Amino acid sequence: MSYILSLTTFLPILGVLLLLLIPRESKSLLRSLALGVTIITFLVSLPIMTGFETNADFQFVENVPWIAAGPFVMRYYLGVDGISLWLVMLTTFIMPIAVLSTWTAVEEKVKEYMICLLLLETGMLGAFLALDLFLFYIFWEVMLIPMYFIIGIWGGKNKIYAAVKFFVYTMAGSVLMLVALIYLYFRGLEAGFTSFSLMQFYSLNLDPQTQTWLFLAFALVFCIKVPMFPLHTWLPDAHTEAPTAGSVILAAILLKMGTYGFVRFAVPIFPDAAYRFTPLIATLAVIGIIYAALVAMVQEDVKKLVAYSSVAHLGFVMLGIFAFNQQGITGGMLQMLNHGISTGALFLIVGFIYERRHTRLITDFGGLSKQMPVFAVIFMIVTLSSIGLPGTNGFVGEFLVLLGAFESELRWYTVIATSGVILSAVYMLWMFQRVMFGELDNPKNQTLKDLNPREIAIMLPLVIMIFFMGVYPNPVIEKMDPAVKKLVSQVKRSNPTAEAPSAMQGLPEGHPVVVAPAASSGNSVIPAGATNTDEAR
Amino acid sequence: MFDNVWLIPLFPLIGFLINGLFGKKIKNETVIGGIGAFAVLCSFVVSCMTILRLLSLPIEERLAEVKVFTWITSGNFNADIAFLVDPLSCVMIMVVTGVGFLIHLYSIGYMHGEEGFYRFFAYLNLFMFSMLLLVLGNNLLLMFVGWEGVGLCSYLLIGYYFHKKSAGDAGKKAFVMNRVGDFGFLLGGFALFWYLGASHNVWTIQFTEIAKNSHLLPTGGIVTVITLCFFLGATGKSAQIPLYTWLPDAMEGPTPVSALIHAATMVTAGVYMIARMNFLFIRSPETLMVVAVIGACTALFAATIGTAQYDIKRVLAYSTVSQLGYMFLAMGAGAFAAGIFHLMTHAFFKACLFLGSGAVIHSMHEALHHAHSHDDPQDMRNMGGLKSKMPLTFMTFLLATIAIAGIPGFSGFFSKDEILWQAFSNQHHGSLNYLLWGMGAIAAGLTAFYMFRLVFMTFYGESRITPKAKDHLHESPMIIVFPLLVLAALSVIGGYIGMPKIIGDALGGIPNYFEHYLEPVFRYSEEYLSQHSQHTALHPSHAVEWGLMGLSVLIALAGITVAFTMYVKNRELPSRFTATFPALHRAVYNKWYIDELYDFAIVNPVKAAGRFLWKGFDVVIVDGAVNGVANIVMAFAGVIRYLQSGFIYNYAWTMAFGVVVILGYYLFK
Repeated sequence: MSYILSLTTFLPILGVLLLLLIPRESKSLLRSLALGVTIITFLVSLPIMTGFETNADFQFVENVPWIAAGPFVMRYYLGVDGISLWLVMLTTFIMPIAVLSTWTAVEEKVKEYMICLLLLETGMLGAFLALDLFLFYIFWEVMLIPMYFIIGIWGGKNKIYAAVKFFVYTMAGSVLMLVALIYLYFRGLEAGFTSFSLMQFYSLNLDPQTQTWLFLAFALVFCIKVPMFPLHTWLPDAHTEAPTAGSVILAAILLKMGTYGFVRFAVPIFPDAAYRFTPLIATLAVIGIIYAALVAMVQEDVKKLVAYSSVAHLGFVMLGIFAFNQQGITGGMLQMLNHGISTGALFLIVGFIYERRHTRLITDFGGLSKQMPVFAVIFMIVTLSSIGLPGTNGFVGEFLVLLGAFESELRWYTVIATSGVILSAVYMLWMFQRVMFGELDNPKNQTLKDLNPREIAIMLPLVIMIFFMGVYPNPVIEKMDPAVKKLVSQVKRSNPTAEAPSAMQGLPEGHPVVVAPAASSGNSVIPAGATNTDEAR
Repeated sequence: MFDNVWLIPLFPLIGFLINGLFGKKIKNETVIGGIGAFAVLCSFVVSCMTILRLLSLPIEERLAEVKVFTWITSGNFNADIAFLVDPLSCVMIMVVTGVGFLIHLYSIGYMHGEEGFYRFFAYLNLFMFSMLLLVLGNNLLLMFVGWEGVGLCSYLLIGYYFHKKSAGDAGKKAFVMNRVGDFGFLLGGFALFWYLGASHNVWTIQFTEIAKNSHLLPTGGIVTVITLCFFLGATGKSAQIPLYTWLPDAMEGPTPVSALIHAATMVTAGVYMIARMNFLFIRSPETLMVVAVIGACTALFAATIGTAQYDIKRVLAYSTVSQLGYMFLAMGAGAFAAGIFHLMTHAFFKACLFLGSGAVIHSMHEALHHAHSHDDPQDMRNMGGLKSKMPLTFMTFLLATIAIAGIPGFSGFFSKDEILWQAFSNQHHGSLNYLLWGMGAIAAGLTAFYMFRLVFMTFYGESRITPKAKDHLHESPMIIVFPLLVLAALSVIGGYIGMPKIIGDALGGIPNYFEHYLEPVFRYSEEYLSQHSQHTALHPSHAVEWGLMGLSVLIALAGITVAFTMYVKNRELPSRFTATFPALHRAVYNKWYIDELYDFAIVNPVKAAGRFLWKGFDVVIVDGAVNGVANIVMAFAGVIRYLQSGFIYNYAWTMAFGVVVILGYYLFK
């Protein structure tokens, strides 16, 4: 048995222990150590990616009994497959960047701050890797608490309001999940299960009504986390008030917990119900895409604008997942990663200018391109990636999502969602224009310094990933492919109609072709029968 | 066979990377401009080799695909980075790299001393790369990459003078309007991929594969939906009604950009796209009609606006919109070759006109600058009498103007006349043809009028700037004049490779080389038509064709005469005209208030909706509910609230432990 998953997950905890030994005054040592730990964690996690074999199985599995409760055993059960692989990699990749991002911005309680960040990392990694429902729940809770503190202690002016809102929303969800888990436990006992292992629950054939209730409970939890319209209002506040690192982690990774929850738990355990609720979820996703884009457009605060853009992007992810086909889910998964990279980068960018000017109001800026040329280039690249310009990462995911959704029964939803590509260009470019272009007329902006080496070092890996994922995404797709296929078949198996070609439905019919008599002159290249549109249908 | 075709887009990409990454350090304008122009020259050379090799092949073998690597694979969807070499893509790469190279040369002179010189050349090279991807891509998705890439470069270059608010606004407007078109392009692509896949199990986005399987597609129906979606994309990129308003504003960019992107190459991408997918469009009579009508309307509508503008570049911009309308009219008439032919000749004469106007503006700018005048160097009301000051510029400009006006013997005449004839005689639109021809002919008259109005206002008469400034007017340096000369020569002779059949016959059987050359590209459409023609083609006599040709020439001459009367002979006529019809003049001058209409009907309502949703729904309803619940809970748990302030840690952990306790209770009970 390989221990690499445990090692990766708990290295940050080890870092916490080390941090505890260091006096709180030596801030730079605390920072360096935290950075070192996150970098080492990233390096340690690399073999997970390189050693991952392209198949649908869970790999690097660790499975030991943990808490025995009669016939039922809570297990310490970790494993990685093509779906969690990239989310784990994203987490370990983003964390050093997050630590670096508030290098100078956080001066108060540095020790506790770094401890929170590291605890958070363990929580997130554990949640992505756990294959035991109970273990997942533990990690899920572990992850929420540090985030709550990060917002509440190191946040901005309205930090308490934002933190409480964050807590109320997520705790409401957690309680529901707990209830659902307990119910599942009883159903598992009835079915003779001996553990909370996810694999077992995949085979649990629940009656439709039970599925419905359980799915709704799980879906609500995950929808809050995604966040789906109309449960999204905690997000703009949390993002705006959180320190840069908090926003980056929240956007890049924590939100993915919601979508990951659907892919890993809600959909495969309750495939019937998931299938049945597709219209509802798709409707909310599409509303989210359009609604968030419209609201983003009129924001006066850059950070809030980016926060709302997150809601729109995650709407695409949800649409892709609920297309229940290869392209849709692959696109959704890619979009999760891409959103992590692009939106993470956007929050970093907002952080840079906030640290310089202590304002986030768009009207306070203007003409920064002149003063900060390097910043301008990077900001432009990230903006374009967020818009989903081909050649950048954002495009590949969005395109596959829309393609997959169009092929599924969500065709008309896709048509509306596609108009989101217009709106995203509107709000992002408008914001960019107002911040970066125009006259540099505000005297406070005329002394701004361009990015320093630390800031460039933070952005460079993200910019490289933006192009790599845009130009050569296939290595990433290949590794997730078998797992996605398996997921598609899980949904399909229980809903044989899910993938039946529902061709032509709702679209105008072609009129029958009148074959002109002259055409039957023998040397026709077109097979005679093929022009018959009846065959086409 | 064509293994090195990938070099064609690669050279400009390398140029972009060098200038983009190191241009700021290089500083030396000659080196930067040299790298930019040389990269495009290399592409041009490889393009020449490619087309020569293609021509050496027998006609039926003139098709090759070169795969570089697999880009995206997911399920039954596959997109490669792969290039398609066929007669159509070869014409396009020749036009793009040829005209592109000349404009790069010109830019070295024109952009001299501008801040961000390296930035300009980096963007220009990036544009060349994207444009070449667009025309060489062998599948829909790669074409879309180029499609968006050129849009991006257009955005960046329109906003080149980013400190000007108008430039930033224009760039954004261009990008967003193009995105509206992209929305259509994407949907069209989805629908095509899904239809062929779901109902015929042909999962492909490759042009050659779709063409081969195009016999599976019905006439009309789904094909109409698909092609209309694609056409929406084309209206965005090629500035057709209803998405044309970005192009005139795009003149905020430096003039070489207007010549390259907003006249010769990018804006023709929509035309190219339809020609590339001719086998789809031919299957939908409805779409063909929409394309033809939109094309004719745009040609006419934009021409009317062009007659009342004073900014020299804006006149040319509306002229471009109008000429693009002709190309779409050709597409809608099913005369794909004629449309591409006009695309080519238009690239020559319009690039020449824009570059000529740039030379004029440049000279005006310097003269006004020396005289410390703040007059607008682009306003034709400040010009006049430049003929003697800038003889070479004037000559080239005049030749290109004659070409666009449709005077026999010049390139524009051949291509435009072919389009008008096809509009009149095609088999698709029945009696609508007469209307299409009529609109095209009137637009031709207007074109002759506004172009000669421009020439007369700019080059003839007396100079209208101060004498002090006047002395500083001068001819441009050779690096600016040379591209003008080449383009002017092409504007004159470029038409002879595609002489309409009737003229060729009259001259002793000279074939229409261009049409024959492109024939293999439109093979599937021809096959389809030969089997499905429902309308009998109109076969008007030669007399009719000669008559129409004569008529269109007369209309053009009439336009020139009116311009001559109004702007040379009797110069108070225009002001008397505006005094007589003030409302009409104001409406035309203000572009029929279309921008204002869009603002009123679309832009402002969307913004208002955003504001309402945010302040109304998000803050009041959703948050109101959440905060309400939270307040109730807090009021209820007032005591705990006090405790909480000091013991958040405990509180949180209690929650986590609580979970364990509750679960434990059920486990052990």
